[in-house]
Amino acid sequence: MTEEPEEPSADAVPERDGISRRGLLGLFGAGAAGLAIGGGAGAGIALAAGAATASAAGGRSGTTYPFYGEHQAGVLTPVQDRLHFAAYDLAANATRDDLIELLRDWTVAAAEMTAGRPIGEGALGALNRPPDDTGEALDLPASGLTITIGFGPSLFDHPERGDRFGIRTRQPALLRPLPRFAGDALDPARSGGDLCIQACADDPQVAVHAIRDLSRIAFGRAPLRWSQLGFGRTSSTSTSQVTARNLMGFKDGTRNLKSEDPSTAADVWVEGGDDPGARWLAGGSYLVARRIRMLIESWDRAQLGEQETIIGRDKGEGAPLSGGTEFTDPDFEEVAANGAPVIAADAHIRLAAPEQNAGAAMLRRGYNYVDGNDALGRLDAGLFFIAFQRSPDQFIRVQRSLAADLLNEYIKHVGSGIWAVPPGASEGGYLGETLFA
Amino acid sequence: MSTPRVLAAATAVGLTAVALAGCVPNNPTGARLAVAITDDTCVVSEATAAAGNITFSIANTGTDVNEFEIFAEDQLRIVGEKENVTPGQTIDYVVQLQPGTYYTACKFQQIGSPIGVAAFTVTGEAVTVAADEQAQIDLAVANYIAYIKSQTEELLPAVEAFAADYAAGNDDAARDAFALVRSYYERIEPTAEAFGDLDPKIDYREVDAVAEGLDWTGFHRIEKDLWVPAEGDLNSDGEDAWLDWEPSTPAQRQAFADGLVADVQELYDLVHAADFSVGIADISNGAIGLLDEVSAGKITGEEDWWSHTDLADFAANVDGAWVAFGVVKDIAASKGEEGAALVADIESEFEALRALLATYGNFETGFTAYDQVTNTERQWLSDGVNALAEPLSQLTHTVLGIAE
Repeated sequence: MTEEPEEPSADAVPERDGISRRGLLGLFGAGAAGLAIGGGAGAGIALAAGAATASAAGGRSGTTYPFYGEHQAGVLTPVQDRLHFAAYDLAANATRDDLIELLRDWTVAAAEMTAGRPIGEGALGALNRPPDDTGEALDLPASGLTITIGFGPSLFDHPERGDRFGIRTRQPALLRPLPRFAGDALDPARSGGDLCIQACADDPQVAVHAIRDLSRIAFGRAPLRWSQLGFGRTSSTSTSQVTARNLMGFKDGTRNLKSEDPSTAADVWVEGGDDPGARWLAGGSYLVARRIRMLIESWDRAQLGEQETIIGRDKGEGAPLSGGTEFTDPDFEEVAANGAPVIAADAHIRLAAPEQNAGAAMLRRGYNYVDGNDALGRLDAGLFFIAFQRSPDQFIRVQRSLAADLLNEYIKHVGSGIWAVPPGASEGGYLGETLFA
Repeated sequence: MSTPRVLAAATAVGLTAVALAGCVPNNPTGARLAVAITDDTCVVSEATAAAGNITFSIANTGTDVNEFEIFAEDQLRIVGEKENVTPGQTIDYVVQLQPGTYYTACKFQQIGSPIGVAAFTVTGEAVTVAADEQAQIDLAVANYIAYIKSQTEELLPAVEAFAADYAAGNDDAARDAFALVRSYYERIEPTAEAFGDLDPKIDYREVDAVAEGLDWTGFHRIEKDLWVPAEGDLNSDGEDAWLDWEPSTPAQRQAFADGLVADVQELYDLVHAADFSVGIADISNGAIGLLDEVSAGKITGEEDWWSHTDLADFAANVDGAWVAFGVVKDIAASKGEEGAALVADIESEFEALRALLATYGNFETGFTAYDQVTNTERQWLSDGVNALAEPLSQLTHTVLGIAE
């Protein structure tokens, strides 16, 4: 890397604005603090959604999204191509101060990385110490990176350790472990976590760099519990995006909430009056993640007609079987000559539709994944489902409806988690600050 | 395994003596204590003294050469020693000690386990240390060399006894001793690795020796004879454990035993040579290297594949890193607020990791066999190593004090 960020004066910057010494041990002086503040300048309080700016490098890969704002980025942001998602557990001896310090450190580092800059003193420097930044994103642009942080139920009330951080009374009433659903085959090692980070970018290395460096900052305070790569988006969250296909070969997320729709905000963001005991979450959201393994070898042997019946759409265009084009609303009432509904009673799109679930809709940001193969020589492939919603009940309602889904023969939910996503941070603040105020 | 972290420089002459002299003022005015040494006793006249320059008047009434050692509270790190006290000799030895708990001991013939280990308490206010950084560095180097030598002094007779049991077919005794004998080696492994071909001969695992086309000798060769794999067992690389291997014959056992003793004797001789020295950065890098050893080999259980004594190696590596950190920490702590905070971080992570390890046993009674440690527990251990290794990786930079 030849282009170093401008170094503002490192003098007289309060330490608390930088990554703590514990987070970046090589940080002598407060240079990083200056960088963080300098980097955010001009962005101001912006609504993250869609407020992208392209860097001088131009083009999609140079896209940056403001980190600071009323809401966290990475929710209404047009869904990027790649994902690295990670869940962390606080260390057994971590204190409330450790947790706050970690969130501050993550905030400062996230602001740097989402602006396309290395963290701390950078990836180079003195030869006799490890650099602050791991360096694999040095020559890459910001690539639309967003970093979104969430708090799991166990952060507030741990099954064994209880109220470790003095925040149990502020646990949102709806932030509870998800109920069991029919067909769950959950692996605890791929589920839950005190904290989560969703890193999305248009370049996979940029997303991985973000999780890797945030994990490194967290060593000793919050070791990694599990993480998941997603190599291709399966949803679109903007009308400007074409609908991507999942590993079953079907367009996925055609009826997803779109950031351009003025009513979307009401389905995604928690309002101040939603939970009087957890007003700190106003402007935040609930994130549900599910690792959904697809038994693709079986699926691939299903006849095309059966595949379309199961989904309720045609495979080529993505149009509902009731007719029209991709974005034509499905007609769930239409009946064929033989008296059976054109869109089957147990078709996936019927059971998942808001019309069938008292209007419940989620903003989906899922990704395709393939993690090599299993011991039987089958691809370990599927959908890493991520949804943001104002209330977890939106997900729970739909997931319960899907108990009868024809698709269940070909999928298995193997990982699961729920987190409360705090509102965005303002410059000088940190993600989650309202929880500790 | 292949990167020498500690270099055996052949430059310094008589460094130990110089260094110890460097921290001692010309006119010591503190406590004066007597040390009575026989072949099997080591009695200090008082168990406490006030902080400052303490003079030990050492008298050896035994039959052979002896040495007097002062250990830190961990009983590993040496904070002062007087070597080569000959029979009939009485000699003054002056050392500056800060308030705290120490242990005094002697070492008959300057080899084997310390004799007459006794607690020694230093009371009062901390004394001001010399601001001269070179003196601090010299002292750290001297103490680290003393520690390396002391470990080899325990290693050599322990290996001799272990090898004799193995050669004679006393397998129960050899199995019982295996983890403890190795601990003296694992505590100073980066030093041994600096001597090129010694570590491969002493400590190579079968899979590494085969991959590099070396004759497989040393501890792990013996380990496999002592814990004979069952038919169908696999080596750590997935190969059949019995591929190109079979239990050693008595003659082969004797050869492997003799080879290990000879190699350890060579290590002992090298670190006791007059020109043996280490650089200050080698010490802090050695601490980091020992943690790397843990995260690369021990945490996975690949190191002691047949005996499952990995946790003993793990604990010994952590001990070694702790000692290396201990001898340079005052220097690091003197590097401004950042240095002091780094030292505090490292200390607290060391304490957490050592406390966690202690829940699995100790060197006296043994550690839990590693195949009995669940994956969840292994992750806790790994988390602890990561938590320590991150701040520790900054130690060299801080000790050398490029930025302040």
